[in-house]
Parts: sequence; structure tokens; C-alpha cells
Amino acid sequence: MSEEEMIEEQLKNNIFLTTVDAVYNWGRKGSVWPVMFGLACCAIEMIGAASARYDFSRFGMEIMRASPRQADLMIVAGTVVHKMAPQVLRIYNQMPEPKYVLAMGTCATSGGPFPGYAVLQGIDEILPVDVYVPGCPPRPEALMQGFMKLHDDIMKQSIKTVSWYQKEEPA
Amino acid sequence: MTNAEILAKLKEKYPNAVVDVPELIDFTVAIEPSALAEVAAFLRDECGLDYMADVTAVDRPERFEVVYHLYSIKDKTSEPFVLKVYLEDKENPTVASVTPLWKGADFQEREVYDLMGINFEGHPYLKRILLWEGFPGHPLRKDFENRTFTYEELKPTRPTEPDLM
Amino acid sequence: MLKTESIILNLGPQHPSTHGVFRVKVKLDGEAVLDLEPVMGYLHRGIEKLSEERTYVQIVPFTDRLDYICSMTNNQAYALAVEKLAGIEVPERAEYIRVIMAEFTRIINHMLAVGFLWNELGAYFTPLLYCYRERERILDLFEKTCGSRLTCNYIRPGGVSVDLPKGFIPQAKTLTAHLRTFADELDNMLTENEIFISRAVDVGILPAEVAVNSSITGPMLRASGVPYDIRKVDNYSIYDRFEFDVPTCEHGDIWDRYYQHILEIYQSVRILEQALDTIPDGEVMNKRAGRALRRPPVGEAYGRIEAPKGELAFYAVSDGSNNPYRLRIRPPSMINLTALKEMCAGQKIQDLIVILGSINIVLGEVDR
Repeated sequence: MSEEEMIEEQLKNNIFLTTVDAVYNWGRKGSVWPVMFGLACCAIEMIGAASARYDFSRFGMEIMRASPRQADLMIVAGTVVHKMAPQVLRIYNQMPEPKYVLAMGTCATSGGPFPGYAVLQGIDEILPVDVYVPGCPPRPEALMQGFMKLHDDIMKQSIKTVSWYQKEEPA
Repeated sequence: MTNAEILAKLKEKYPNAVVDVPELIDFTVAIEPSALAEVAAFLRDECGLDYMADVTAVDRPERFEVVYHLYSIKDKTSEPFVLKVYLEDKENPTVASVTPLWKGADFQEREVYDLMGINFEGHPYLKRILLWEGFPGHPLRKDFENRTFTYEELKPTRPTEPDLM
Repeated sequence: MLKTESIILNLGPQHPSTHGVFRVKVKLDGEAVLDLEPVMGYLHRGIEKLSEERTYVQIVPFTDRLDYICSMTNNQAYALAVEKLAGIEVPERAEYIRVIMAEFTRIINHMLAVGFLWNELGAYFTPLLYCYRERERILDLFEKTCGSRLTCNYIRPGGVSVDLPKGFIPQAKTLTAHLRTFADELDNMLTENEIFISRAVDVGILPAEVAVNSSITGPMLRASGVPYDIRKVDNYSIYDRFEFDVPTCEHGDIWDRYYQHILEIYQSVRILEQALDTIPDGEVMNKRAGRALRRPPVGEAYGRIEAPKGELAFYAVSDGSNNPYRLRIRPPSMINLTALKEMCAGQKIQDLIVILGSINIVLGEVDR
């Protein structure tokens, strides 16, 4: 009968069957807001990635929040020196869960070309890093590939196991 | 005034101040550390060297050398007048500060104090500028071995109270 | 009776409007600034100490990362100091290429200076996005030549590393003509904006004597009325073959410092047009340079250029070996900050942010 067939067509187009996890993660990955944390040369390429040619507003990320309390992602763009390291840790602690860290450039990954007395050799000494983007500085397209990897990682998380919904404190 | 004329006037006015005139690519004059304050005032007021481009220091095996590069903006000189001071005492090197005469030397003398450990008497605010107060040693000295530190190693040297004005 | 106290506010190292990690401790009475103290060193990487363990050519990538917006002029200043020390000559075509790259870099820097200044004022990102769009076109040229957008590692002691690719000169000529119309567009959009005039005129005045005594150079000095440009005074490289003026402004407030940048973009475009027309053929690197740098003569040399931010100079001391004994970098941005306290006396805290924006600092250079 034509009515039933019509209803079935409409049902196919308007009702989706999915999991709670998928919807939850899809909503979160579509609007990851980075905190404005440019330190050195990589910051200029990060602003270049935000500009008109290599727009990252198509990922929903063009709002770079000034305050860490309103942000999800910390892009450590540039060299972290020993004088600045406690401040980096402080800003990371001020971000609410869920939060992610992206180490942009070789200086944030492993100290870069500066093996000296003043430079922290990679921020993974003090922070848990989710994605590493190498390059000196990485091209804006490389940064965007880092974002897409972060989105893949977000999609794989599940409400049952994420740390901010557990009853006990993580060890 | 050319650099040779300035040297002649300087020798006339302060005959005991000039220690050495080495043969280098830029015109260089080395003077006694104790005569620095008077010679500097003379160079700024009488010889028209009103622009202090650079204050730095070199760690030689037997002495420290504090190097000043001076130009004149009024006369648009293009050759620097390099003034050097030899400090023989390597344990406690001290020299007069030129910040009261040229304000541009302010941050540069603080940096020389920070990285080389040379004291400047008469500087209005001599504190470490690029590293923090507890950092072990003065990095640009030749006996400081350049190695990487971990975060945990430097943690006990950090200040425990917040630094207000 | 109300009793008020002054408070100490920390404009901390991470702040959206301080051009990098720069900290200012401000003593405020309400909104009026009583005292301030700048704290730097949050990007100190120890480049001077690292240079003592590298050869002369291995230091060129370090110089890229000093003032990371203008890497070509940093390379040029270092190359000048080392060529003076070792007595190396530079071929003709390499000198013309150096001038072309330096003037493109100057245009990039002045556009970004204008863009970041307007960021501080509250025109959040719009003029900056226009300037970034033009900067991308210049970076296309850089990428074609040396392979990298930001850290070019191109101008080395003895010449430049590779020759210009085919198609560079016609593309550069069209881009130069386009940059002239873009400077007109910036001028029309921004110069006579009422809000800008009421916020920037007579704010943060720097008198000429204070500027000279505080060793300030570059567009800040010329905006206070002192016509001192190292390209004209020293005649380094081949700048004496090109015709260009040295514009100045009279008052030394924020509006003058902004307008000085616009005027200098026009002069750079003039130099570029002349250089692109008269560039000769030839080789681009002195073949004896590599050998001369293995055993340079014992001595010291001070080489300075008119970098887009001021006087950038390198003081290289050699003891006859492969590595320099001491390499000192004279940073224009750090020394231009000396006058911050005088300029902000009696202003409000909103003005402090804009004054800091008008000095045009880059922390990579302040801290090295």
C-alpha cells in the first residue's frame, strides 16, 4: 500500500539508529575550542591555520578562547622553557575536563633544535599529550591532520570508561 | 668627529685612562675600569656619542672584557666606537654602570649580570632578567657546562613565594 | 570617607594580547597606572651559549628563530657580521636577491605590526586577517625559492644558498604592484577611523631625546621625529643604488607609530620595483666562503642592519677555530622596551595594552 510505503520512506530518512557514545562524541568533536596559547614561531603558523587560506573554522575551532576555563584543547605551540613550565602546568590544571593536549612542533615534542640549559626537552615531561605534530614549524595542513587524528581519538572514547565520569579518583 | 679625533681628545683630557688600543676591525679603545664613569660622561657630552648600541661581555681565559659599542645619531657615524674594560678579578668582577648616562643600557647590563655574573655598581635595579633568581650558575661563563636539565632537577631552585613588585 | 588602596595586577605570561609570553607587573590605582615592571625570559632558549658549540654555517638556522616573523633579515644581519669578520665578498646577484628578500620581509613585518596593533584595540582579527591574506602570497614566493615558509635558512655568509627559480621575477613584479594597492586599501580603511583617532592620538608619547637616550631604533625612533635609518647611514649591501626616502612623523604617539609603518611599506615597494627591474645574472654564492669559514682570522666584528623592528646586530668574536668564541645578538625588541615605563606614566590600563602593541615586539628576539 502506498501509505505504508511512504511512511517507510520517511522513517528511513528521519530516524537513525546509533549508540549514545557515537552521538556524544560526534557532538564533542565538532566544536573543540582551543585555548590561545601560542609561545613562539609555531604560534604564527597556528594563526596562519586559523586565517582565510587554511581555515580551521570548518572544524568548529575558530573561537580561540582566552581563558582556559572555557577551552577543551591546549595546543602547545612553541618552545617551552624552564621558566615557563610551571605556568604551562597551571593553565592545564585550570582547564575543565574533558581536555586534550596537542604538542605542535618539534620544540614541544622533544625540545627541538635547542638542547641547552634553558629548554624543557618536550612537554610530555609534565603533561599527558594526546597528539604530536612534528615539523619546524609544521605547515598549517600538518596541523589540521593533527586535528583530524584528535577527532578520531575522540570518537573512540566511550562514556563507560572516560575518566571524568568515574566514581573514584584516577590513580 | 671621527674616531681618531675622539681618541686624541680623550688622551688629552684623561692621559692615564687609556690602557690599550688593539688592532681590530672596528676602532677599539680599552680603558681603566676605575675611569669608566668619567670617560663615559665625557664621550656622551663632549664627543657627541649619544647612542649606546650594545653592552656585552666576553669571558676570556684570564679576564672578563666588558664591551660597549657607541655611535652618534647627531653626526650619523657609521663606524662604531668600541670601548672595552678589562676586569682581571674573575671571582668578583665589578664595574661602574653607565645606565645613569644612557638609559638604553638598563636591560643589557641586567642581562650581562644574569648570564655572566658581572656586578654593575650604580645600576638602579640589578636583578636577573632572563633566568630566575635561584638558577644555579651563570650560563655564559666558559666553566658552565651546557647540558639539558629535567623539570624535576630544577624544581628545588624555583622561588617559593610569589614575586610582587 | 572612602579609602582606596592601590593593587598590583599581574598581566601574566599567557595573555591574548601580549604578542607572546611577556609578563608585566602593574601597580594600579583604580584604572590609572602608577608603576610597572616588565618581566621577560619566558622564551629564553640559550641561543648564544648553543652557538659556541656549532660551526658558523650551523648557526644560520638559529638566527631564523630569533625574530620569527622576519627570518630573512635575521639571516642577513648574521651573514653581514661573519663576512666582515672573515673578509668574504658577496657576488652581485646575491646582493640583489638579498635586498629583494629583505624588503618583502619588511613589508610582511609592517603589515603584521599594523594587524596586531588593531587586535589590541579591539578590532578583533579583521585587519589581521586581511594582512595574513597578503602575507600568504609573499610566503608563496619564499616557499618557491627556499622550500620553507617561515624559517627560511636562505641568506648565508657568502651569498644565498640557491638561485631564484624560474618564474620568480614576473610573479614578484605582479605581487609588488598588488601590494601597492593593498597599502592604499589599508590606508583608506584604517587611518581615519574615528575610534582609532580618539584612542591613539596623544597617547603614549615618546619624545625624541628620550628615544635616543634609551637606544631605541627603527620605526619607533623615526615616528618620534629622528630621521635615522641604517640603510642610509651605513650604506651596507647595495642600498646606495636605490632611491628611497626616510619618512618621519612628528609627535611620537601611537597614531604616528602606526602611520610610520604604512609610510614605510610604500618605500619598500619602491625599492622592490627598482631591484626587480635591474637584477643582473651571475652566481649566487662565493665559492671560497666555505673554506674561509673553516679557519677565520682571530678577531671580532660588529655587523648591523636595519631590521624591520630596529637595529639588529651581531657581535662575533673568533679565536681562529671552527666555532665562534662568543656570539652576541643585539635584540631591537628588548631595547625598544626600555621606554615602556615613561610612555605609560599617567595612562590607564587599557592604554597600556595598546602602547605595548604599538612597540611591536616579538618575544623570540627579546629573550633569544
